[in-house]
Amino acid sequence: MSMALFETQNLQKRFGDQVVLQGVNLSVDEGELVGIMGPNGAGKTTCFNVLTGRYRPDGGVVRFAGEDIAGLSPRQIARKGLSRSFQLMNLFNDETALYNVLLATPSVRRRGFSMWRDLGRDAAAHDEAAAVLARVGLGGKEDVTAARLSYGERRALEIGVALAAQPRLLFLDEPTAGLGSEGTARLAELIRTLKRQLTIVIIEHDMPFLFGLADRINVIHWGQVIAHGTPAELKRNPWVARSNLGQLS
Amino acid sequence: MSADSRHAPLIPPPMWVTVALLASTPLWLKSAGLYQYLALEIMIWMLFALGHNLLLGYAGLPSFGHGAYFGIGAYALGLLQQRGGAGVLLALLGAALIAAAFGALVAAFISHRRGIYYALLTIAFGQVFWFVAVKWHALTGGEDGLLNIKRGTLSLPGLDIPLASNEALFYFALVVFTLVVIGLWRLVHSPFGRVLRAVKQNEVRAAFVGHDVWLYKWLAFVISAGIAGIAGGLFALAQQSAYPNVMSLHNSGFVVMMVLIGGGLVSFWGPVIGALLFILARDLLGAYTEAWLLWYGLLFIVMVLFQPDGVAGAWQQWRARWARRGNGGAAPHATGTKVA
Repeated sequence: MSMALFETQNLQKRFGDQVVLQGVNLSVDEGELVGIMGPNGAGKTTCFNVLTGRYRPDGGVVRFAGEDIAGLSPRQIARKGLSRSFQLMNLFNDETALYNVLLATPSVRRRGFSMWRDLGRDAAAHDEAAAVLARVGLGGKEDVTAARLSYGERRALEIGVALAAQPRLLFLDEPTAGLGSEGTARLAELIRTLKRQLTIVIIEHDMPFLFGLADRINVIHWGQVIAHGTPAELKRNPWVARSNLGQLS
Repeated sequence: MSADSRHAPLIPPPMWVTVALLASTPLWLKSAGLYQYLALEIMIWMLFALGHNLLLGYAGLPSFGHGAYFGIGAYALGLLQQRGGAGVLLALLGAALIAAAFGALVAAFISHRRGIYYALLTIAFGQVFWFVAVKWHALTGGEDGLLNIKRGTLSLPGLDIPLASNEALFYFALVVFTLVVIGLWRLVHSPFGRVLRAVKQNEVRAAFVGHDVWLYKWLAFVISAGIAGIAGGLFALAQQSAYPNVMSLHNSGFVVMMVLIGGGLVSFWGPVIGALLFILARDLLGAYTEAWLLWYGLLFIVMVLFQPDGVAGAWQQWRARWARRGNGGAAPHATGTKVA
């Protein structure tokens, strides 16, 4: 039996007496692209926040590469090779695109307490960061301040920052939020190129987008996984077809 | 892609200008109607303000109780000299370390906070230290302070330099000032300094890319308190005493005003400008009116309302406008080095 790279068992989270996650079971194999969908307020983002350490789960197991990471801090989880992007963009707004990425690289993380060397003179680190920018389609934008990038470019940079950490597993929280159809198509292209290189989990509202990319999809509703399978299987699932999760064209 | 266009000069022009101007003061200050002690005091405040700006400008952490570490440095120097028999260099080093140690203790309690809660906690701790300085008579001399601190002699291998004159102490302090400023300049451009700026801009993201946000904030406070301690130690030498007033809330407020008016939020050199303006205003306005702080306070309000980025910010805006005109109206190149 092959072990999943990432899995949760019976994940629980409540805020006060409101139960947000009740027994979520997810499993992601190495190299897969797994989608999470569901209506607003279904608990998708809370699920991400629990998985990446922002909130501590009230119960259940989160296992990454065979290790229980439930309750670890975001920093500890990031250092294990699990990286995320944010739905509401979370950038270093006064920094250039290059420095947004550079500051997230493991090489800067390792040398973060070096207080003498000028980071601006570190050509190798700059090249590494520039390569990440090129990967997300931001080549040529190195010296533009994050706050001055266009909306679509900021979306790409959001993914670039998450990628810079060289994760084994990448979580993307609604990467198409606010993008037009052209931007969404460009993003799908980017994710398709990343897909074979690392394991990805995406939360997404945009069903055609997700169904076109994902190997498997989990539908979350009322804090539980109510359906899962390949896109083809899910299209046949009567519950998914009946529920108003979005119309597939 | 080369990194060459993005690196900071080892010793940038403003540092040459500052140090050269300060070094030349013994030549012209008297003919300008001023006195050498003034330059010494301005330099000490510059040092204090630069250290404070590591927290406020680079880490985004508002400390309104920094006078405490300045004061601890002053008392530590006096006590090390009077009770420990330490020479100038050793006592000054001790002042830095002791101030940093108290800073480390306080920072351990506040580094999980930011914004207004952080500010309030720094005030509270600052007041605790001030109160101790006033009440612990046996150690600090209470309200009278610690008197008869000697400037003494700087003993280097094969060379003894008496520091009794204002000029001699000034040059000694200038060397200390220059070394600390070079160190700070390197620090803010190092990986540590750059991550610290990232923490200021977005603590959440910094944590999610794997940085130990708490430790960065803690270290920034410790270093800043240590620099305050050096400034305080030099101040004790300059004043030949240490007294509770230097730890007071309003002294802590002065350094914040220096940093903001000078433009510490947008420039490394803002605190240098701010300290210069503040002490000059105190002496020049103060010569005309007892109420100089009233006028200075009004100036501060006008500044915060209309030019929140301070003198350095005004200078940067003027330069950007100038560059635009030179480019025939093209937008200036957008680079992200706001605190350069």
